[in-house]
Amino acid sequence: MQDLLYFSQQLINGLTIGSAYALIAIGYTMVYGIIGMINFAHGEIYMIGAYTALIAITGLATLGIAWLPVILIVALVCAMIVSSAMGWAVERVAYRPVRGRHRLIPLISAIGMSIFLQNYVHLAQGSRNIGFPALIEGSFQFGSEGAFAMSLSYMQITIFVTTLICMTALSLFISRSRTGRACRAVSQDLGMANLLGIDTNRIISATFVIGAALAAVAGLLLGMYYGSIDPLFGFIAGLKAFTAAVLGGIGSIPGAMLGGLILGVSESMTSGYLSGEYKDVVSFGLLILILLFKPTGLLGKPEVEKI
Amino acid sequence: MAAQNLKHALFCAVITLIISYPILGFNLEAEGINIILNGAETSTIVMVFLAAVVVFLFQLFRENIMATLKSIPTPLPQANKEPMAENKRARIESWVLTAIVVLALFWPFFVSRGSVDLATLVLIYIMLALGLNVVVGLAGLLDLGYVAFYAVGAYTFALLSEYFGISFWMSLPLGALLAALFGLVLGFPVLRLRGDYLAIVTLGFGEIIRILLNNWTSLTGGPNGIGGIPEPTLFGMEFGRRVKEEGNTSFHETFGIAYSGEDKVIFLYLISLVLAVFTALVIRRFMRMPVGRAWEALREDEIAARSLGLNRTAVKLTAFTIGAFFAGFAGTVFASKQGFISPESFVFLESAIILAIVVLGGMGSQLGVILAAIAVTILPELAREFSEYRMLIFGAAMVLMMVWRPQGLMPMRRIHIELKKQE
Repeated sequence: MQDLLYFSQQLINGLTIGSAYALIAIGYTMVYGIIGMINFAHGEIYMIGAYTALIAITGLATLGIAWLPVILIVALVCAMIVSSAMGWAVERVAYRPVRGRHRLIPLISAIGMSIFLQNYVHLAQGSRNIGFPALIEGSFQFGSEGAFAMSLSYMQITIFVTTLICMTALSLFISRSRTGRACRAVSQDLGMANLLGIDTNRIISATFVIGAALAAVAGLLLGMYYGSIDPLFGFIAGLKAFTAAVLGGIGSIPGAMLGGLILGVSESMTSGYLSGEYKDVVSFGLLILILLFKPTGLLGKPEVEKI
Repeated sequence: MAAQNLKHALFCAVITLIISYPILGFNLEAEGINIILNGAETSTIVMVFLAAVVVFLFQLFRENIMATLKSIPTPLPQANKEPMAENKRARIESWVLTAIVVLALFWPFFVSRGSVDLATLVLIYIMLALGLNVVVGLAGLLDLGYVAFYAVGAYTFALLSEYFGISFWMSLPLGALLAALFGLVLGFPVLRLRGDYLAIVTLGFGEIIRILLNNWTSLTGGPNGIGGIPEPTLFGMEFGRRVKEEGNTSFHETFGIAYSGEDKVIFLYLISLVLAVFTALVIRRFMRMPVGRAWEALREDEIAARSLGLNRTAVKLTAFTIGAFFAGFAGTVFASKQGFISPESFVFLESAIILAIVVLGGMGSQLGVILAAIAVTILPELAREFSEYRMLIFGAAMVLMMVWRPQGLMPMRRIHIELKKQE
C-alpha cells in the first residue's frame, strides 16, 4: 500500500509538471510544423510570461485587491498579452528576415534572441530568484494513517484543469476556425497555401502568438507551483518542452501533449526513485535516444527530403 | 496606403510598449518574505516611451528610410573595386599574421601583469573559436555543446594532476586526445541527424556533462571544483618562489635573476601563444587538405557531395573530432591558468559565447574568428561600466549578424576562378 501511494504520488507530480511542459511544447511544435525551425527563444517567452504574471499579482496586491479569481484572471490575461506581443515581435525582428535561408541561420538568430531576452529580464529585474506567492493552497490527503500520505494539492488540480481547457480550446480552434484551417494548410505546404491566397505571413505570426500565449499560461502555473522564478528558468524548461515536442513527434499537436506527459512522469519517477539531481540527465538522455532511434517521435510523420 | 502605414506603425508602437513597459517599468523586489513592486526611475520610463515613438516613426516612414539607406553608397571597398588577386591577398595576409605573432611574442614584457593575464584568456578563446570554426564554420555542424569538450580537457588535467601527479606537458596531449575521443564517441551516433536536431543533441550532451561534473562529488568535487592545479614547467624549472616538487629547480634560481611573479604569467601567455599559433596552422593545413574541402562540400550540399562518393559520417566525424581535440587543448591551458576549475566555468553560456565569436568573425574565416575572439574578450574589459550589458549585446549582435550579414564581418574567401563576363 505504501509503495502504491508513493508511486501514485510520483505519478501525480509527473503528470502535473508534464501537462505544463505540454503547454510550452505546443509553441515549439506548431512553429516547427509550419516553418521548420526550432524557436529557441520560446523558453524565454515562457519566462517573461511568468515575470509578467508575478508583476501583475504584486501590483494587484499593492492596490489592495485580494479576491483570488480576479487576481488569477488578471495575471493570466496580462501574462498572455505581454508574451504574445513578445512572440509576435520576436518573429518579426529575428525570424522573418532570415526565413528561407540555410537551416542554421534562423537557429543562430534564435539563440541570439534567447540570450538577448534572458539578459533583458536579467538587467531589468535582477538575477536573483524571486519568490512567487502560492495563491492556491491546500490539498487532498490520501492514506494519512500510514507513514506516507499521498497529497494532491489544489494547485496541481488547477494545473490539470487549466491545461485541459487550453488544449481543448486549441484543438477546437485548429479544427474549426478559419485561421485554424489556414494554419493546417500552411503547415502542409507553405508555398501552395500562399498561392491559394492565404496570407502566410499572418498565419505564421498567429502561430507564434498562440504558442507564446500558451507558454505564458504555463509560466503563471509553473511559477506558482515551483514558488520562485529567475531569468534563467526559461532555458531548462524550454529545453524540456522541446524534448517533449520531439518525443511526441515534432509538428504534431497531440504529440506534444503526449510527449509532455511522458517526459513529466519519467522525470518525477527518476527523482522519486533515483535522485533528483539526475532528472535533467534523464530527460536529455531521453531526447538524445529518441532523436537517434526515432527522430519522428511517437506521433510524428516521417519527413521526406525532396531533392 | 498612408492609412495602412499609419495603422501598422501604431500597432508596432503599441507592441513595443507592451513588451517593454511591464518588464522595464516595474521592479520586483524582495523585502523579507514579501515582494513589493516599485516603479522604475523616470528616465527608464521616458526611454520606453521614446523607444515606442522611434518605432512608430520608423514604421511610418519605413519606405522613405529604406530608400535613403539604399541610396547611400556602401562603405565596403569590395563593392566597387576589382577584388585583389588571390595570391597577392594571401601573401599580404600571411605577412600581417607573421607580424602580429612577432609583436605578440615581445609585447608581454612591456605591459602590466593584468594585461598579460587577459591576453592569455584571449588566446584560450582563440583556440576554442578556431576549433569550433572547424565544426560550425567549415563543416556546417551546429555544435551547441562545445564547452563539454573544453570541460573534458580541463578536468582531465585537473584529475590527472590531483590523483597521479601528472604534469602539464603530459596532460596537454592526453586532455586533447580524451576530448577528441569524447567527440568521436558522441559524434558517431549523432552525426546522422539533420542540422537543427544535431544542435539540440549536442546541447543536451553539454548539459549532461556539466550535471555529471556537478554531481559526481567523490571524483570531481562537485560544485566546489578542483583546486591546486599545478602550473606548467619549463624543462623541469618551476616558476614559483619555492620548488614544490622534488627534482625540479626553480626558474629564477637557475638563471640567477630575482624572483618575479610576472615570469609565471608571461610564461603561460607564451605557451598559450604557441599553442594558439599551432592550432591555427594545423587547422589551416586541414582546410587545404582533401578532407577540408570535403567538409565544405558537405556543408554546401550534402546530397551532391554524397553522390560524388564522399563518406558523410567519416567526413563529419573528422571535423567533430578535430574540433573537440582543440577544445581539449584549450581546456588544459585554462585549468593551468586558473589553478582551479569548477562546473561553473562550463555552462551553456560559454558555448554560446564561442559560437558568437565564430558567427561574428565569419563562419569559416580564420582571420575573422581570431579578430572576433580578441574583440569579444577585450571590449567588455575596456568598457567596464558596460560589462553587464555584454551578453545583451552579444545576443542582439548574433541576431543582427544573421539578418544583415550572415557571412560575418570578415567572410571566408577561398581560392576560386570566376568566369569572365561576356562583353
